[in-house]
Amino acid sequence: MATMARSRRGGIRRGETRYGWLFTAPSIVIIGVFLILPIALAAWVSVSNWNGLGSPLGGRAQFIGAENYASVLTDPGLAQKDFGTSIRNNLYYVLLVVPLQTALALFLAVQMNRAILRGRGFFRTAFYFPSVTSSIAITTVFIFLFTASGTINSILAWLGINGPNWFADPSGVIHNLLAGVGVTSPPPVLDVIGPLGITWWEWLSGPSVAMCALITLAVFTTSGTFMLLFLAALQNIGAEIDEAALMDGAGAFRKFFSVTLPMLKPTLFTVLTLGLIGTWQVFDQIYLTGGGAPGKTLLTPAYLAYQTSFKDLQWGQGAAIAFILFAIIVALTLLQRWILRDRDAKVRTPKPARAARVTAAVSEGDVR
Amino acid sequence: MTSLTDAEVTTRLPAPPPHRKKRLSPRVRTIAVFSYLMLIALAMIYIYPFLVAVSSSFKTDADATANPLQLIPEVWSLAAYNRLFTDVPLPLWTFNTAFITVIVTCGRVFFDSLAGYALSRLQFRGRTVIFAVFIGVMSVPGVVLLIPRFLILQQLGLYDTYGGMIIPLLTSAAGIFIMKQFFDSIPVSVEEAARIDGASIFRTYRTIVLPMARPALITLFILSFQGSWNEFGHFIVSRQSADLNTLTTGVASLVSGQLGSGNQYPLQLAAATLMTIPVAIIFFIFQKRIMNNTGGAEKG
Repeated sequence: MATMARSRRGGIRRGETRYGWLFTAPSIVIIGVFLILPIALAAWVSVSNWNGLGSPLGGRAQFIGAENYASVLTDPGLAQKDFGTSIRNNLYYVLLVVPLQTALALFLAVQMNRAILRGRGFFRTAFYFPSVTSSIAITTVFIFLFTASGTINSILAWLGINGPNWFADPSGVIHNLLAGVGVTSPPPVLDVIGPLGITWWEWLSGPSVAMCALITLAVFTTSGTFMLLFLAALQNIGAEIDEAALMDGAGAFRKFFSVTLPMLKPTLFTVLTLGLIGTWQVFDQIYLTGGGAPGKTLLTPAYLAYQTSFKDLQWGQGAAIAFILFAIIVALTLLQRWILRDRDAKVRTPKPARAARVTAAVSEGDVR
Repeated sequence: MTSLTDAEVTTRLPAPPPHRKKRLSPRVRTIAVFSYLMLIALAMIYIYPFLVAVSSSFKTDADATANPLQLIPEVWSLAAYNRLFTDVPLPLWTFNTAFITVIVTCGRVFFDSLAGYALSRLQFRGRTVIFAVFIGVMSVPGVVLLIPRFLILQQLGLYDTYGGMIIPLLTSAAGIFIMKQFFDSIPVSVEEAARIDGASIFRTYRTIVLPMARPALITLFILSFQGSWNEFGHFIVSRQSADLNTLTTGVASLVSGQLGSGNQYPLQLAAATLMTIPVAIIFFIFQKRIMNNTGGAEKG
């Protein structure tokens, strides 16, 4: 086989250029026309004043430089404030969802990996099934569960807790906690405008009660997928190393943190990256829960971009928000890669390929 | 270091099974029982929302609101399902979704496997560049594409047509990548033999390669089916007329209250239940394969 591969220019390789291009042509055309070209077009729109009438390439749209970017990033005004609010909301969402989904997925995977577990298939199905349902269906169910007199509040009532009116409650969790100790208005230090046109007090609101419901939803729907990733990795580690560690006298906790977890590092990296990428893209859930309601505390940059373009017809500004979001996702991914980089970097060259493969499998399945 | 551990492990391997049994002390057993109970509780939490959804879809509006915990309806009512087929154009939405899903799934399986095969097996100038572009494209987040996709569809006059909803989804960089990885992992010798016997590239592909690639094609089929059946964002920006609503956009319009107001939870939940059935069927048929595959496509 090796000799075959080496005789590349031989007779049987004839026609490969023609067929190579022929086989890839459909994909090249579709990806070129519906992915690369649109991005270029949107890049132009983001620096133009196109208002949705006629063609963005026609005479009406004019080049206005970075004005659209400035109006969401630096110019004080409603656009900047909305953008700041959406970033704050999504930031809290990411900060809570990513660690929770990762920890829960890892926990479930470790439980699933026990040698003596019976009914493993049942448990795996139960935990993974939410991941295959459509975001629309599952969000619909969650809206029902979290209504004022809904399932969740009925359960809370059993426990003697008076549950909030989840999707109608814009109050921030940290604000509520502070109110509990008597702080209801911002101290003067925090009542000044911070980054992106909203005050430090608003930045520190915490996720709104409504957002907490969406956070629960995200953890619920993603933990199954990530559990499978961890489970595959745990099975690769195999029972032998566990046994070896146990024989060396390590306790269960010690074994997990000093033997298992380090070996899971590549998978952990993949899961955190996918989580980070996914959580900055919340759109469907926001669309269903009323486009950012209550009090704009569910607004996310992904939805804001859509709303600015399609509803307010500020196409340039919407496109600009989309590109800023893109930049945020790329920057955070790179940052994470750098933080979690392997200090002994010379081993594991195939890691990027592995990560890409998992990303492929997951993104193809449209995992949220 | 790895080899050392391996060696250690192999010497110890014969022992474990009897060892294990002996070590099941009362303490270990208590822990096992405890973790079972916890897992069962967790599984209940994961399953419960679906049970609530299905049971509430058979309740009356008032019953659903008044008894949100009860899994057996006070009065069994098919009103919600009736309305889905009379007031709500659910059959139309289902047709649109099914139509689009079938074409998109076929297209992806065909185009992705062709391109994946070419990038894995055929030597041609430009191959590395094409592959690099596909990998780069794969990392563009879906929501960033919403506005750009609308812009191009409008430019091409495809906005608000089946074409505009279908064509952009017909191929996917991720699918191409999965197929390329698969072809990289299987030996080339059989194909070489066929080629030496004089079969053309396309013939080799059709009669030798595709049958061998069946496991990967099934994976791709599952992922494409699930992806296009559940697609939402693209259908929000590629169409506006109600006739082109899919299940996702249609149900979304029900939920976000564009179709009358008031409590319609049973109706919404019935729609959510019905739209989940096809993906659930595919999931249960291919369960083993799906759950073994997400970790890596190499097992095919």
